[in-house]
Amino acid sequence: MTSTIFLQQLINGVSLGSLYALVAIGYTMVYGILRLINFAHGDLLMVAAYTAIYGIAVFTLPWYVSFPLAVLFTGLTGILLDRAAYKPLRSAPRISLLISAIGASFLLENLALVVIGGVPKAFPRPEPFDRVVDLFGLRIQVLTIYTPIVTLVLLLALLYIVHRTKVGKAMRAASRDFETTRLMGINVDRIISVTFLLGSVLAAAGGIMWAMKYPQVNPFMGVFPGLKAFIAAVLGGIGNIMGAVIGGFLLGLGEILIVAAVPELAQFRDAFAFVLLVLVLLFRPTGIMGEPFTDKT
Amino acid sequence: MDRDRLKIFLNGVTLVAVFLVLFAFSRYGTDYQVRILNNMAIFITLAVSYNLVNGYCGILHLGPNAFVAIGAYTSALLTMTPAEKQMNFIIQPIVWPLNVIEVPFVLSLLAAGLTATLFAFLISFPVFRVRGDYLAIVTLGFGEVVRVLCNALQNVTNGPLGLKGLSPCTNLWWTWGVAVLSMVVISRLIHSSYGRALKAIREDETAARAMGVDPFQHLLLAFLISAFFSGVAGGLLAHLITTISPTLFTFLLTFNLLIMIVVGGLGSTTGAVIGAMLFAWGGEALRIVEKPMDLGFVIIPGIPGMRMVIFSLLLMLVILFARRGIMGRSELNWEVILTRLDRLRRP
Repeated sequence: MTSTIFLQQLINGVSLGSLYALVAIGYTMVYGILRLINFAHGDLLMVAAYTAIYGIAVFTLPWYVSFPLAVLFTGLTGILLDRAAYKPLRSAPRISLLISAIGASFLLENLALVVIGGVPKAFPRPEPFDRVVDLFGLRIQVLTIYTPIVTLVLLLALLYIVHRTKVGKAMRAASRDFETTRLMGINVDRIISVTFLLGSVLAAAGGIMWAMKYPQVNPFMGVFPGLKAFIAAVLGGIGNIMGAVIGGFLLGLGEILIVAAVPELAQFRDAFAFVLLVLVLLFRPTGIMGEPFTDKT
Repeated sequence: MDRDRLKIFLNGVTLVAVFLVLFAFSRYGTDYQVRILNNMAIFITLAVSYNLVNGYCGILHLGPNAFVAIGAYTSALLTMTPAEKQMNFIIQPIVWPLNVIEVPFVLSLLAAGLTATLFAFLISFPVFRVRGDYLAIVTLGFGEVVRVLCNALQNVTNGPLGLKGLSPCTNLWWTWGVAVLSMVVISRLIHSSYGRALKAIREDETAARAMGVDPFQHLLLAFLISAFFSGVAGGLLAHLITTISPTLFTFLLTFNLLIMIVVGGLGSTTGAVIGAMLFAWGGEALRIVEKPMDLGFVIIPGIPGMRMVIFSLLLMLVILFARRGIMGRSELNWEVILTRLDRLRRP
């Protein structure tokens, strides 16, 4: 592998990794508070991508209006998801919550299939993202460069909310102990809604960028990015935002670089993440940044 | 007649009744009816064995589709004649021992079950190191890895092309025979000390451990038995539809099984049977929502994919509002029915 190709693949890896990171943050935040794998989280990518398409193609909005609207809509979908599928089961056994999550995921996918149809739709790539620039002799799509930058900006904003605001403090408290948080006069259900809102907004940003990167949008587009982002969250240490980011970058870089180094492995690419998951759970179940497991009662 | 002999007699009567119904259908039923009955029996086998792990052990295992796939491929590769294999594997020739082997259907089913069990044993070590959500995602990952391998290992599975032209060996006797066998084996297991230990682990693993129950050993046995029957059902399925490809064994299969056992009642063998029968029947009955409907004054166009929306909604509604499903954790057996009847007679 020449150094140019290596550099090219490195940039691709960082770009893919930042997408995984964006989605992984949503998993890790919901897991931190509810101790639940939100199976439907990946499908929010699809919701965002379709809303953005409809904004541009049907309502002829410019992209800088359509994209924020799609992000907002997806955020509200996230809150609705929690209210409809998870809130009634707060005191139920965990297995019920997981089954409800799987049901919600299938419902979103199949509703999209019925309402929109299974034929993949082309995602319009707005002009500012469609250029190709020359960087140190490499020809790179600007989107590949924008993706990590957008991720970084969103991550800083999120870290600010979580660590410097009252809502953030309440979120951190709720992820430790529901009862005590309630005793402090905090409306835990509202905090959970905020968590879902933030996670879904990040997923929506990820979904739109994913759709610009791979412009074939279909009802099941969110399944694999979702699963892999979850694995990234576990890799980094679930419940930890920085961990999710690191895990996302590691997974993205790993996938791209392994396939670049050994092209014969390309057909096994989708299995790579799961093998990694098993290895992490076998040897370091708490992930890279994780604290020991605590069962929340 | 005392209670035990009465129950044996009634079980015998039920078996004879099932036999007569099947005989009537195999003689006079249409192909479509026989097909639904076959599907029903395969679903029963799958749901009952899946419920052993999910309902009785209380862990969320999301990879039965992997074991069905392994069973289907094993059995299919063993019954195909060398000539058929040569015709199927056009891109890459099949690897050595498989290209000459041809065994009877029975042996291939047994091999299907055993291969699935072997794979279950191999993955059980990473799987049972974790619990809860992690176990769910690891087993789901196993299902995906198997699918990726089915697509990639072209000289074993023929890749995305799949295997075509299997001999249609599966008939009502095979499917219902295996279904009855799985019901008997699993309900015997549940009513043994092993089954009680499984339920103890489900309720409180730490307490069960304190009572001297080894969770790994017990969960492993349930997992292996479940995988065995899933594998055999996979073999039956392969020889029922005679064409298999990796797309048949996606997570959707697991999702359907999950609907059956949740609707039937997690932790009830008869519940799983009822769930599977309802699913096999309902899946066909609901086809009307995907066909155009003529109400005389207005024609409603059919909506493809509507069935899956209804199934996902059903799963969520059951889990949100009627978490016990139809049967909850109780069983519907002669003991229960006779006790009810007694109570009716002597109020």
